[in-house]
Amino acid sequence: MSYQSSMLPLAAIGISLLAAFPILLSHRKPNLRESWTLLAAVGKFCLVAAMLPTVLAGGGFVLTLAEVVPGVPIQLRVDAMGMFFALVASFLWICTSVYSIGYMRTLKENDQTRYFASFAVAIAATIGVAFAANLLTLYLFYEMLSLATYPLVTHEQNAEARVSGRKYLTFILGASIGLVLPAMVITYSLTGTLDFTVGGILAGKASPATLALLLVLFLFGFAKAAIMPVHGWLPAAMVAPTPVSAFLHGVAVVKVGVFSILRVIFGIFGPDLLRDLNLGMVITTLASVTILAASLVALTQDNLKRRLAYSTIGQLSYMVLGAGMLTAAGMTGGLLHIAMHAFGKITLFFCAGAIYVASHKKYISEMDGLGRRMPVTYGAFLLGSLSIIGMPPLGGFISKWHLLLGAIEAHQMVLVLVLLTSSLLNAAYFLPIVYRGFFAGPQEAGTGLRIKEAPLFCLIPLTVTALASVGLFFYPDVLLQLVRQTLAGG
Amino acid sequence: MTPPNLHIYVLAAPLLTAFAVNLLGRVSRAWIGPLVLGALSFSTVGALLTLQRVLQNGGYSYTVGNWQPPFGIELVVDPLSALMLLLISVVALLASCSALKSVAGELPGREHLFFTLYLILIAGLLGLVLTGDAFNLYVLLEITSITTYGLIAMGKGRASLASFNYIIMGSIGACFYLLGVGYLYILTGTLNMADIARILPGLTAPAAIATAFAFLLVGLWIKMAFFPLHLWLPNAYSLAPTGAGVMIAPLMTKVTIYLMIRVMFSIFSPDYVFVTHAGVQAAIVWAASLAILCCSALALAQRNLRRMLTYILLAEVGYMVGGVWLANGLGMTGAVLHIVNDALMTLCLFLAAAAIIYRTGSLDFDHLHGLYRRMPLTMAAFTVGAFSLIGVPPTCGFFSKWYLILGAVQAGHWEFVAALLVSSLINAVLFFRIIEIAYFKPAPETSAAAPPRSEEAPALLLTPLLLTAVALVAIGLGTGPLVENVIRLALPPGFAP
Repeated sequence: MSYQSSMLPLAAIGISLLAAFPILLSHRKPNLRESWTLLAAVGKFCLVAAMLPTVLAGGGFVLTLAEVVPGVPIQLRVDAMGMFFALVASFLWICTSVYSIGYMRTLKENDQTRYFASFAVAIAATIGVAFAANLLTLYLFYEMLSLATYPLVTHEQNAEARVSGRKYLTFILGASIGLVLPAMVITYSLTGTLDFTVGGILAGKASPATLALLLVLFLFGFAKAAIMPVHGWLPAAMVAPTPVSAFLHGVAVVKVGVFSILRVIFGIFGPDLLRDLNLGMVITTLASVTILAASLVALTQDNLKRRLAYSTIGQLSYMVLGAGMLTAAGMTGGLLHIAMHAFGKITLFFCAGAIYVASHKKYISEMDGLGRRMPVTYGAFLLGSLSIIGMPPLGGFISKWHLLLGAIEAHQMVLVLVLLTSSLLNAAYFLPIVYRGFFAGPQEAGTGLRIKEAPLFCLIPLTVTALASVGLFFYPDVLLQLVRQTLAGG
Repeated sequence: MTPPNLHIYVLAAPLLTAFAVNLLGRVSRAWIGPLVLGALSFSTVGALLTLQRVLQNGGYSYTVGNWQPPFGIELVVDPLSALMLLLISVVALLASCSALKSVAGELPGREHLFFTLYLILIAGLLGLVLTGDAFNLYVLLEITSITTYGLIAMGKGRASLASFNYIIMGSIGACFYLLGVGYLYILTGTLNMADIARILPGLTAPAAIATAFAFLLVGLWIKMAFFPLHLWLPNAYSLAPTGAGVMIAPLMTKVTIYLMIRVMFSIFSPDYVFVTHAGVQAAIVWAASLAILCCSALALAQRNLRRMLTYILLAEVGYMVGGVWLANGLGMTGAVLHIVNDALMTLCLFLAAAAIIYRTGSLDFDHLHGLYRRMPLTMAAFTVGAFSLIGVPPTCGFFSKWYLILGAVQAGHWEFVAALLVSSLINAVLFFRIIEIAYFKPAPETSAAAPPRSEEAPALLLTPLLLTAVALVAIGLGTGPLVENVIRLALPPGFAP
């Protein structure tokens, strides 16, 4: 694996960070402001995509920004795993930007300038996490993301937002300062480096007990992955405007948590070390409990966004579970699920937002018969649900397939059972929504039915992501290739 | 070619200008601004050149009036004191911009008096870091203290009482220090630090030496307000005139930490300090941990921004004392780095507080409503300072904390690790509480009809604030070179990591 020095990774991160300034300056001209957002979004995707061929060919990019601590520079490195995540995140940012415009303008939300500027900073931090070459750099961008999303979560600036914002910071900032920071310092003092290295850096450096402690600190410290019991912030964060929930709490923030955990498992501990110490068990047990508990709680939620949030908590642990199996298929499934779940869940959130924009309804019990008026939205919702349940021909099937395969390879029938039960539960909490939308409620006379969809700015992105979920079933090649390279040590 | 006694000019500029300010300031207020800023700019440039020279050619000493030590006064310029010179003059320069504005509002007609004391104080601080003489250090310590008493007493309300408290505590501290110096003089017959350091190891009077050391240390701890000797500080610093607090708060405690380092390693030796009394070393790290926790907890109880900042300042004193006493290179690096970083962080937050009080007239939490809308730039800089104190990378506060935690892990002082982490979390609570108030609560008298007027602070208050905020990030990103090229050289021999 050869890395070439290049400014491209910095440009890919910086473009949206810099875009925050013109966004702030053009606050009196909404159309100009949104042009900056779209320009940065497309530009970012192009910059990321421009690096793809090199990465697929087995190369990569590296850039050292500053020497801060001996042996640990602030450094960016584009490898297969980072590329995988950056590709998904930057593509979905384009969809979210378009969707945000439709959503925020239709609802005449306040402070849209602050909203778009914070969003731009948040996506910069997300890509920063993807391209971080060592744990310190990752931590830097991780914290940047936590703080940039605070104004988004508390966008409404009312009492509820205030309480949620407090919960958000308590969990996320508390865990990262209280758990990740000491774990990181201990790791550094044991090894003298924090570089993500194939096969890990901790092997033979500390006693099994210390390593187990470090692992637990990392697992809970990256609270964005919402492994129970550090999941409470995610349902609370649903108070944010829906595009924020969709992108940040369906894709960027939560996946950054999972991505960080996977980076630590692959690059700091190394699968071999975890296998030798039998620590995979710790990971899979925590993840399994979270999967089942979150799915059960999701069943009881009437608020659509909260149901989606609990579903997210469960699905995030799929990814951690896959990595914890420590088998090739399991890790493939875990990584792939980052992408597959991202497309599925963002579709569902987009739909929830579209329903709110069109009808101002938040609760599932009010949505009887709504699907007949919003066929496109509900169609997309169905596709998104099926993908997350793991039905062919949708992307979610591929990742679940690998996860099941991994569980069987690892000879852990319990995990197979967990995965299958969870799929059933997923179906149980998603499909009734679709059913109620299309078939429940009083039937209007055939001619009295008015189609009332959300504006096109909302409708197009959700259609695109729904179709992309289908597309990923048939053409997962690029993503699979990146995953294979990651596992092969690239 | 720069003159060899460049550092003397750094020291002399504020001292001589102090008299000029007193005389010309009586004639016209217009003289004060240019004189103060001119003198401090001169010092800053001089300090920069001094640091550059020291880094190139190594440290040197200078005898004032060519009286040879041990009779004359020796000034020592080494990497650490050159770094402190630069830090003091930069902070003083930035703080004085803000002071010029706020003093004009708070102490009309008495500006020349204020700035006379102000400049003498700065000269005293600069002298403290230069001197190589233990008694001279006492004299300068009193110069800084007495000017500080005066500056604080110029504040409103109970400020004179706070100043009186400080006088009592400060005098006790000075006495302790003087007693320590007296012991050393009796033992060694000299007051020159280098001489004392040369003679001490050959002496066989362990109890007397230990007593001297203890007196010196406790005297300095009172002066730096190391918990539980801190009671005088919160009132003194929060009731002082705004312009005085902005300069005193960042510098006083930091310079005293520097003095502690000097006493520990220039008069005594690392061997004596850490090895001869190994139990003491561990106990002091515990005391520092306790100081951090207690002062952070006390900060939680405050309902006024500036008072809260003073308690955070006290907790930070614990960071640095603990870091030095960890007795390893990493901890020491962290402590020296934190002297620089904490001076700038404190400066940033006090400057922000000065800007806020200039507009709102109060720093009580109830008066901070809607500040993000009213003063966006000020609050942006405040937020950067807050993040730095919480320890969010890439602000500089993260990196000194990093070294401190690393040093504590290496030394096995887990209580210090825990104290640092808990204090970071408490800082997060403290600052997000303010951020919440300023962000969520709507501004008081905004009527829907009138568009929200920008109430941003005037340029003289805002510019130094923004510069400091930028410096926090720049220094954070430059930690590597700073540690490698400056701080590593500033550590006592054998401690460079």
